[in-house]
Amino acid sequence: MNLKIDVSEKENLTIVELTGEIDVYTTPMLVEKLTPLTEVKGNNVQIDLANTTYLDSTGLGAFISAFKSSQEHESHLEIINVKDRVLRLFKVTGLHKIMNINSDETERSEKVNGKV
Amino acid sequence: MNLIKVDEALYTELLQKFLQDQNQRESYLEKAKRMSISFANRNIFPEEIVRIHMNAIDQLCKDQQSEYKLSLQLLLETLIAYREEHETLHKVKEESQELKAEMEVAANMQKTLLKTEVPKVPGLDIGAITVPFKQLNGDYYHFVKGEDGTLGVTIADVIGNGVPAALSMSMVKYALESFYDEMMRPSTILRYLNRVVERNVASNMFITMFYGQYSPNTNKFRYSSAGHEPGFHYQAKKGTFSEINARGLVLGVLKHSYYTQYELEMETGDYIVLLTDGVTECLRSGRFIEREEVLEVIETYAHLPAQEQVHKVYLHFNQLDDFELKDDFTLIIIKKDV
Repeated sequence: MNLKIDVSEKENLTIVELTGEIDVYTTPMLVEKLTPLTEVKGNNVQIDLANTTYLDSTGLGAFISAFKSSQEHESHLEIINVKDRVLRLFKVTGLHKIMNINSDETERSEKVNGKV
Repeated sequence: MNLIKVDEALYTELLQKFLQDQNQRESYLEKAKRMSISFANRNIFPEEIVRIHMNAIDQLCKDQQSEYKLSLQLLLETLIAYREEHETLHKVKEESQELKAEMEVAANMQKTLLKTEVPKVPGLDIGAITVPFKQLNGDYYHFVKGEDGTLGVTIADVIGNGVPAALSMSMVKYALESFYDEMMRPSTILRYLNRVVERNVASNMFITMFYGQYSPNTNKFRYSSAGHEPGFHYQAKKGTFSEINARGLVLGVLKHSYYTQYELEMETGDYIVLLTDGVTECLRSGRFIEREEVLEVIETYAHLPAQEQVHKVYLHFNQLDDFELKDDFTLIIIKKDV
């Protein structure tokens, strides 16, 4: 049950790389780091989930809060490299339609996790 | 002479007799025990007794400087440290017990607030189970029965942080009940609820919800979903499950959300499975249970009455040695048996 949060700046992007599990234990730490980033007007925050192995509903709640905060403070939020189970979670909840969620593997994941 | 001096004098006398009178040792031991009880009753700590013992030894063997006498110094310090630590631990334990008791009160209050009964609807057999992962349950289900025999069913899952989120669910329940009308469509109900959740509930709390309505007159099951885990429709004629796919956004994210309404027809022998993601977020040997596996187990117990069926499905997973619940577990089965 560990989450590593790496924040780096690249050109005009603030990149947040999340390695490990985002769950009820690690989410408070994530919220603490993420919220201030979304509160800066014009900030471009990119969350990279390439190495995220697990996301539960508490973690999903943190991303929705970050999204709402970015709208409120006119910053931008993008989530990239969203895969498999996590991608399915964004789709089931309808969030992929309103949030900026990208996955290189969208096609493949749809085939794997689509219809039962 | 203060009390402790009296104690010291009594103890010194007792120790002296104990050391000198070999024949009466048993009786002095007995006296020492009684003295100990008196110490305990007067809140005199063990290290104080050691100090009394040290003073007594000093008096009885005045001139001797022995290693033994020195060792008592060490024993005294050890006992003092021990008692201090013991007190701290005791306090922590007490506090954690208090917290646990408070959580129990909250959990019981939640149960009372969210109480719902599985209604009897002619032609339907309904079963429902919900098991919290921790003390408070973030899942919720609710049934309403309209005067015309229509059955309304809600299943919901709180996305967000533990205690406040779970307790806010009661607000959703009362909103649901206050505007319930059998003429109201599932899509409208979700649209209204979205507003309630968006406005009134904590900013980091969201709810996924499925709302279904079955009319016994038409055999139609109408439904809408606010980002809830898709359920299943078992069609007896085909002998297969199909996913109940309904798209819609989680409650509480946008001020205005609109929901599409879908419908399906239920025939005799068909059943509807509604669940929360806690069912599929369970771990088995470190891997997630797949939805197909859940369906297999549901089918295994399909010959049982619905309430027994949902119970058996839960027990099936719970009894596996390598099973680990990661989230609240809720399962509803609605069968059309006539």
